[in-house]
Amino acid sequence: MAATFELEIATPEKLLVKEAVTEAQLPTADGEIGVLPGHAPLLSELGIGVISFVTEGKRLTVAVSSGIIEVLPDLVRVLAMVAELPADIDMKRAREAERRARERLDTIKENVDSARALNALKRAQARLSVAEMNR
Amino acid sequence: MPSLIDLRRRIRSVKNTQQITKAMKMVAAAKLRRAQERVIASRPFSQNYEKLLANVVAAAAGDERVLDNPLLASRREQKLQVILLTSDRGLAGAFNSNTIKGAQAFISEKAGVQVQMETVGRKGRDFFRRRANVTGEHVGIFEKSLFADADRIAKTAIERYSNCEVDAVYLIYNEFKSVMSQRLTVKKILPVPVPEGRASHDYIFEQPPDQLLGKLLPNYVGIMVYAAILESAAAEYAARMVAMDAASTNAAKVIDQLTLYLNRVRQASITREIIEVVSGAAALE
Repeated sequence: MAATFELEIATPEKLLVKEAVTEAQLPTADGEIGVLPGHAPLLSELGIGVISFVTEGKRLTVAVSSGIIEVLPDLVRVLAMVAELPADIDMKRAREAERRARERLDTIKENVDSARALNALKRAQARLSVAEMNR
Repeated sequence: MPSLIDLRRRIRSVKNTQQITKAMKMVAAAKLRRAQERVIASRPFSQNYEKLLANVVAAAAGDERVLDNPLLASRREQKLQVILLTSDRGLAGAFNSNTIKGAQAFISEKAGVQVQMETVGRKGRDFFRRRANVTGEHVGIFEKSLFADADRIAKTAIERYSNCEVDAVYLIYNEFKSVMSQRLTVKKILPVPVPEGRASHDYIFEQPPDQLLGKLLPNYVGIMVYAAILESAAAEYAARMVAMDAASTNAAKVIDQLTLYLNRVRQASITREIIEVVSGAAALE
């Protein structure tokens, strides 16, 4: 069995990552999954969070939200509507977004908007953690 | 006979125009290259997305709940929404007028049906503002061509469609075939035209296929709109490049003709002067 598999992360605008990796952690809508080479074929909805993968002994991260994950034995394809590399993330804006999302969560009661605010908070936190891990 | 000064002035003015059209051609060529790069960059995503969607549809085929998906429900078309993609700027040859003509033909074809317009690009907006029911307009999105803009347009369309405000949504845009030709395309995006295909692998589904489909379809609409925006931008720059190239060639032709005429006039006046001098001298003898 090959020791690596190919990881592709694409957004509608461009192909972000295309690398041979040894392992990857992906956020699905129902929780994190870890993928090693030779995984069974799997389709899942991409959740909001952080993709982290190991390539040439280095761990890299990408912040993503919403899309689809296709896992094949020798290929993992992530089609994310939004994906950001650490270098593309503006820390100040991300912090600001997190603060706003928190505020909104505190002020509104249980209703439709609270789910949206929660998602916004999750996105901001994913972005922040990616930016921090790579500093 | 026009004077020499007038002729020189005209030649200069045509030369100035030629310089402008040449510059515009260069700019359009550079922008076209960037637009084409964007189209190519977006391909890995859209092609794979389509493939996966076909897989999910195939896997969910036996499931009755799939048919309940509001984005697949096809209704009798009584109210239509047209999303028309034109350019923000003119001087692109027949690009905008062809698109607008195509849209008008489409609307008159659907006689007796209410049509709402959503215009992307300034030219289409200016034309239809007084002539049709324009429900939304988007100006200045071709320059950056961001997915977020396409997604926003798609979300509004989806909302109207699921609230039964419209029964179908069509995109009218120019497909970039080659630098020399654009093809006007009418594409139905809602109800979603599901890509056909068979399951290529025996996938494990983390979520039930029908649920996954529910998540995939809205984004698919956004992807189709985005692809249309990219195509239209490339087509626009190609059309402008060709139009400006033709204009530069025409200007060169006009300059040639005027120069020839100018020389003739100059020659004639010199000849006349010589005759005057010679005949004056002959009269003295």
